[in-house]
Amino acid sequence: MRRPGRRPLPVNLIAGAVLTLLLAGMALVSLVWTPYPPEAMRIAIRLQPPSAAHWLGTDHFGRDILSMIMTGARNSLAVGAVAVGTGMAVGVPLGLAATSFGGWTDETVGRLTDLTFAFPAVLSAILITALLGPGAVNAILAIGIFNVAVFARVTRGAARQVAAREFVRAAAALGRGPAAVTLVHVLPNISGTLIVQATISFAVAILAEAGLSYLGLGIQPPAPSWGKMLNEAQTFMLLRPTLAIFPGLTIALSVLGLNLLGDGLRDLLDPRLRAGVRHRSS
Amino acid sequence: MTAFLGRRLLTLGLTLWLASVVVFVVLEVLPGDPALLMLGVDARPDTLAALRARMGLDQPAPVRYLAWTGGLLTGDLGTSHTYGVPVAELIRDRLAVTAPLTGLAMLVSMATALPLGLLAASRRGRPADYGVMAFSQLGVAVPNFWFGILLVLWFSIGLGWFDAGGFPGWSAGIGPALKSLTLPALTLGLTEAAILARVTRSAVLDILGEDYVRTARAKGLSRSAVMRRHVLRNALIPITTIVGLQFAFLLGGAIVVENVFFLPGLGKLLFQAISQRDLIVVKDAVMALAAMVVAVNLIVDVLYALIDPRPKAAS
Repeated sequence: MRRPGRRPLPVNLIAGAVLTLLLAGMALVSLVWTPYPPEAMRIAIRLQPPSAAHWLGTDHFGRDILSMIMTGARNSLAVGAVAVGTGMAVGVPLGLAATSFGGWTDETVGRLTDLTFAFPAVLSAILITALLGPGAVNAILAIGIFNVAVFARVTRGAARQVAAREFVRAAAALGRGPAAVTLVHVLPNISGTLIVQATISFAVAILAEAGLSYLGLGIQPPAPSWGKMLNEAQTFMLLRPTLAIFPGLTIALSVLGLNLLGDGLRDLLDPRLRAGVRHRSS
Repeated sequence: MTAFLGRRLLTLGLTLWLASVVVFVVLEVLPGDPALLMLGVDARPDTLAALRARMGLDQPAPVRYLAWTGGLLTGDLGTSHTYGVPVAELIRDRLAVTAPLTGLAMLVSMATALPLGLLAASRRGRPADYGVMAFSQLGVAVPNFWFGILLVLWFSIGLGWFDAGGFPGWSAGIGPALKSLTLPALTLGLTEAAILARVTRSAVLDILGEDYVRTARAKGLSRSAVMRRHVLRNALIPITTIVGLQFAFLLGGAIVVENVFFLPGLGKLLFQAISQRDLIVVKDAVMALAAMVVAVNLIVDVLYALIDPRPKAAS
């Protein structure tokens, strides 16, 4: 029986958590086990349909699709985690500094984020990876730079609202410095917003990485990546259409899970919170 | 209105100037030697020196920047190192694909999202509402390039209604050209419609809760008349803003989708130019894309001022 006064968990939170746990579980299992080595080529069994031996079939090099999708999950999650982590590590202090120091610091952070959003995000990411060369590290950098702007803007907006509240002004009136007030009073009160944004940004990062890899600018072969798998599947769509189905479905379910998780967390932490910014990659 | 337009034009100019500085610094100052990037580390020193002179790289950066932006203002965009033709000509040819594609995608997005958003808002909490919200969640989660591949699987390979890719050119006739843009426009438009449907639903629900809507209903106006005269007109304000913002996303999406459907558009040109290190084409194509985004933002601002007189009065 549910305790009186306790809100039930939002349905989207449960659905999102289940999908995200499945994704994380698949990535973790791939560290120790995959049905076949994901990079092992066996031309004799190329373009096989789904079967008992190869549940999702094989690609044009005879590689096992399920093993590639499992390893791709690991790569996607790693790129997403580092890109969002970088965005938070740089963007959150920038947003907090803008709020606590105000003046030209606030103005500079505001204008820098505006400038980042003036270009379509996919264009910026393509320019950065093209400039520095394709590869996982540069894809992380491209997605991370965009996330710095996202987190700086979200932190600045949320911190401003909290900074105007009486308990924060009281702390400042008692003689606490701006840095202490920000760290002790403002940051803990915006952590919910930041957690929600991190979840949504993670989903966007997975989409962005898949897009860059599809264009040949992200994770490089022979390391498996969902976007690259879709790119290669396009050539063999006539012969084996399922090649194009499974990697795309995995991306969509992963992003759906993270988005539902973000929406659910937002509903759970504060139903009035509607500040989660879903900046897309395209 | 004139002062408002003047201010907006000034902002437009300022944004484009800032964009030109960023593009120039990123492409010509940060990476080191663009000629080396084009020819590779194994290039012979005399070949490298000749290319550097041809690209004007022996000049200081400020001189190169002024020469480039001066050319942009006078319509002389330089010559492509790869294609050997004027960049202005290349961009004009490619825009003949990208501009109609983006316009069609916008039409698809609005024609799908507005009725769906209205339906969801008027049936709040019912199956139709949940259906529209599920469509919206899926639309955000599905990568546009995968959706494009699925459309090719169903409509080109399965049913044989459309070609899997390519563009016959406008000289082949409007019918064949539009036919080849149909699947790419659906790919771009339907994924954007998912966001717009959600915004429309939310905007309509906000307006439906306003006192003047209740008053209009109380004085005897029918539900459809209230929807048409009061709700839709007011909901158009946030919807117009999002439609303007979506243009940038559509252009970004076009870069990827043109690659899925092998369309010779501006996105494909940009991608090829990046691969071939044709920096003058990259710089000019990025500026063309940025100019399109800010021009559409200006149009949206003017439309916004026409729909809602309040910002104009306040300014």
